[in-house]
Amino acid sequence: MKKQQPTKKIIFHSEKEMPLAPYSLGSMLHNRTGAWRNIRPEINLENCIQCGICWKFCPDVAIYIENEYPVVDYTYCKGCGLCAEECPVKCITMVEEEK
Amino acid sequence: MNHPQKKKQNKMRLTLPLEEYMHSGHLACQGCGATLAMRYVLKALGQRTALCIPACCWSVIDGPFPYSSLDVPIFHCAFETAAISAAGLKAGLEMVGDHETQVVAWAGDGGTFDIGIQALSGVAERNDDIIYVCYDNEAYMNTGIQRSSATPFGAWTTTTPVKHYKNRPKKDIDAILAAHRIPYVATANISYPEDLYRKVLKAKNIKGTRFIHIYAPCPSGWKTRPEDTIKLGKLAVQTCIFPLFEVEEGSTWKINIKPREKKPVEEYLMRQGRFRHLTAEAIALIQEEVDRRWARLLKYEETSPL
Ligand code: SF4
Ligand code: SF4
Repeated sequence: MKKQQPTKKIIFHSEKEMPLAPYSLGSMLHNRTGAWRNIRPEINLENCIQCGICWKFCPDVAIYIENEYPVVDYTYCKGCGLCAEECPVKCITMVEEEK
Repeated sequence: MNHPQKKKQNKMRLTLPLEEYMHSGHLACQGCGATLAMRYVLKALGQRTALCIPACCWSVIDGPFPYSSLDVPIFHCAFETAAISAAGLKAGLEMVGDHETQVVAWAGDGGTFDIGIQALSGVAERNDDIIYVCYDNEAYMNTGIQRSSATPFGAWTTTTPVKHYKNRPKKDIDAILAAHRIPYVATANISYPEDLYRKVLKAKNIKGTRFIHIYAPCPSGWKTRPEDTIKLGKLAVQTCIFPLFEVEEGSTWKINIKPREKKPVEEYLMRQGRFRHLTAEAIALIQEEVDRRWARLLKYEETSPL
């Protein structure tokens, strides 16, 4: 899986622009759920054994794989902490967000 | 990203395919189990899939009009009609010559155990060619944690407050479906994604009504820590509260994971705010019921085909 790119919001300026039936026209990728996060996962790749468990259990598909290592996508990571909890070598730490 | 250079670049050891049909930006709470269920099921079913989703968490998670967080078409149907809408959609596709697309009814426990059971039973009896997935978070979570018939004994919900916690056991939906003698009934758990994936693949290659019951922890409704979601799923299997099994043709029962040592239910219950009020006697009652159900399941397997 590659890094996902945020999309634009769909805005209708008048009723005429709306489809006749309520079908979907675009993806939720415009919704940057990273704003929900209080704590952020940080992966220490030095200790990572490339097991893919963090990738597998992320409910937000916010971990992608680059050069055979996991990378957290902070645009979308909601900070649930599942990846840090399940990493078998505990190389992910959750750190407080400051902002 | 600064990758550790001294190490050899081994391949990631992935146990599931890389393709994603669900993407980020969806509206699920942190640590949502239902979301993982969808992610794994779609990995197994692939692009040629259409979903019918009645009122449930997933009708919200997916996103409001005009957006969607899935790469497959979804039909939002009325609460009680998941199974029959899916069967109708399948029949329509057959009419236009599409025999390949898998139609999936995707409902929560409320839409399956309570409100949708009539339509589901009808579909199962006719053996209509759909996959029915129930992701079970054990209450009406989407509307504010009201009790459903999937809520386990002892649980707090907003309609079963601590003083009057639920005093009836969880409905045994798998046995009900197996009694319809449909080709495939299976339970699965988001903490065992490889097992879940295998079961969905297996279901994909069977014709007729296939029912998959997925255990999906809900941190907001269960009052658990979001990072505990996977732990809870594992404990549910290790305590035999939610055993993993398959039933073929309603008669051949097979248990997939038999814990070498059954953990006490207390370990599972005490991690959850919704059970924190339980007294030692109530926990003993739950243990007794779990043991009884497990013994019955073992017997089913032993005496298969029933
Ligand atoms: S904290 Fe949760 S949402 Fe963020 S990357 Fe880890 S598992 Fe995914
Ligand atoms: S779970 Fe931990 S060890 Fe495994 S790939 Fe992720 S960061 Fe690396």
